[in-house]
Amino acid sequence: MTAPTTTAVNNGVNVEALIGAREALTKAPEAAQFRWRATCDWMNGTHSRATVSGFFGLGQDQKRKSEFRFDADHPEVFASEDLGATPVEYVLVGLGACLTAGIAAVAQYRNIQLRSVSATIEGAMDIQGILGIDGDVRNGFDAIRVSFKIDADATADEIKALVAQSQKRSAVFDIVTNPTNVTVEVV
Amino acid sequence: MKVAAIVIGAGHAGLAMSRCLSERSIDHVVIERGEIANSWRTERWNSLRLLTPNWQRRLPGCTYEGDDPHGFATMPEVIAFVERYARLIAPPVETHTRVTSVRRAEAGYFVATTRGDWQCRTVVLATGACNIACVPRLAEAVPAAIRTLTPMRYRHPGELEHGGVLVVGAAATGIQLASEIHRSGRPVTLAVGEHIRAPRTYRGRDIQWWMDAAGVLDQRYDEVDDIGRARRVPSLQLVGSPEHATIDLNALREIGVQLAGRLVGLSGGKAWFSGSLRNQCALSDLKLGRLLDAFDRWATDRGLDAELAAPHRFAPTVVDEKPPLSRDLAPRNIRTIIWASGYRPDLSWLEVPVLDRKGRIRHDGGIVDAPGMYLMGMPFLRRRKSALIDGAAADARDLSDHLASYLAG
Repeated sequence: MTAPTTTAVNNGVNVEALIGAREALTKAPEAAQFRWRATCDWMNGTHSRATVSGFFGLGQDQKRKSEFRFDADHPEVFASEDLGATPVEYVLVGLGACLTAGIAAVAQYRNIQLRSVSATIEGAMDIQGILGIDGDVRNGFDAIRVSFKIDADATADEIKALVAQSQKRSAVFDIVTNPTNVTVEVV
Repeated sequence: MKVAAIVIGAGHAGLAMSRCLSERSIDHVVIERGEIANSWRTERWNSLRLLTPNWQRRLPGCTYEGDDPHGFATMPEVIAFVERYARLIAPPVETHTRVTSVRRAEAGYFVATTRGDWQCRTVVLATGACNIACVPRLAEAVPAAIRTLTPMRYRHPGELEHGGVLVVGAAATGIQLASEIHRSGRPVTLAVGEHIRAPRTYRGRDIQWWMDAAGVLDQRYDEVDDIGRARRVPSLQLVGSPEHATIDLNALREIGVQLAGRLVGLSGGKAWFSGSLRNQCALSDLKLGRLLDAFDRWATDRGLDAELAAPHRFAPTVVDEKPPLSRDLAPRNIRTIIWASGYRPDLSWLEVPVLDRKGRIRHDGGIVDAPGMYLMGMPFLRRRKSALIDGAAADARDLSDHLASYLAG
């Protein structure tokens, strides 16, 4: 048991609720089956608009408080109108957001007060792949580098451990580091 | 035949329990599928030595009295040790008797064997934690040209074809096999997932001395935050060798073993690895740092700093700038895959509904979720040392106490 601290650590994460959910879902694994959803509509050119408004989880459809919209496009160097981030940048956004959320949750659980967390996420890509110039070059990133700057009431090793544990439990980190079967169909 | 207790398995754990039952004058029999110390005889590779020093070979009523307390026993030495223990305690063993089923009966359990049936009020499962090598489901995709084998069947590198070898898993088994196979001239790729880095010696003392003296091995199952997690932690990356060598990932990398991430797929003539190797190594280095911090604090608190070498830290695990995400399978590179991805017990004969949905036995510190049934020799069963030879004594005492009061109750 850790001794009660005089000032409560507050990173804005409800750890009790997360621990409660973990216990409940251990007993009811079927409720842990989630399906995350997005829709995507072509606007014009390379510009598309995606929406996120609900998902399936805890045995039923769940509605978000509002509909989230995401414009995606290509930059002007690709002769596009640059009306939104490129899709690959959304992948970087997803990875950064997932690791950052994880750091906050793990810090709360470990009783570490965060003051600031900022990440830069960079994906290296040889676009000879997507342009079909060289068949030996893959389309996607050949490496991703994430760099965190964290100010917290903790030692350097404790901060490194937060970042490491966050990767260990991150969905997006898993998605980008491990293969996934993907089915794309026309209905 | 009727008896108060049946112990299944005559390895060190079953014999320790037998000794404790005899001390309590509990009428019992030990049933053994083969010879005493059967798994040690038949399911270990040739070069294996215990990961614990000789001084740690302690069983109820028996301590190590040889002249090499800091050495590591070979398998023939372990077998001789368990046989000697059996002669000392003279347990009622039925050897070459395989249990075919254990079922609930009127007042306890019905134990069917290949040499007769038994009725008992209590039963102790001491058949071991490592009966079956875990093989991941993706093994189904291994092409026919590749030979696969488990550590239960592997004996020495000479029996492998020449050419590349993929060792899947980097706990104690995986790193030991990677090391000796690579040294035999067969280039090894080691697929590394979660692993626990540990130096053989620290500040001049064996890691097991630290774990034992600082009380880490005595930590109880009801004292840890998440016992389910603690029971699933991979084994420490240790080898028992006359040189007291450390074989962590850096040592393997130095001899030329190619480190890769966790094996995640086999397709298109390639083995595919996760891109998470760097984080797996970071997690392990940080965990080692915390362990050594705890050892150093303990040593200072106990006033031992003067008699120990100075504290130091080990170099971080070196990870290639771009660890390979794939390796070609035969005929180009990998001809053999060894599944060093863990072990599980074989309880296929247990017809009592005590397994959870993952096939793990439900128990509270070895007291199984079925009246009068007990478990021995599993990782962190009652203490961190429960799966070690040295863990059997305390667990056998506790559980035989419980068993005796159950019989009396």
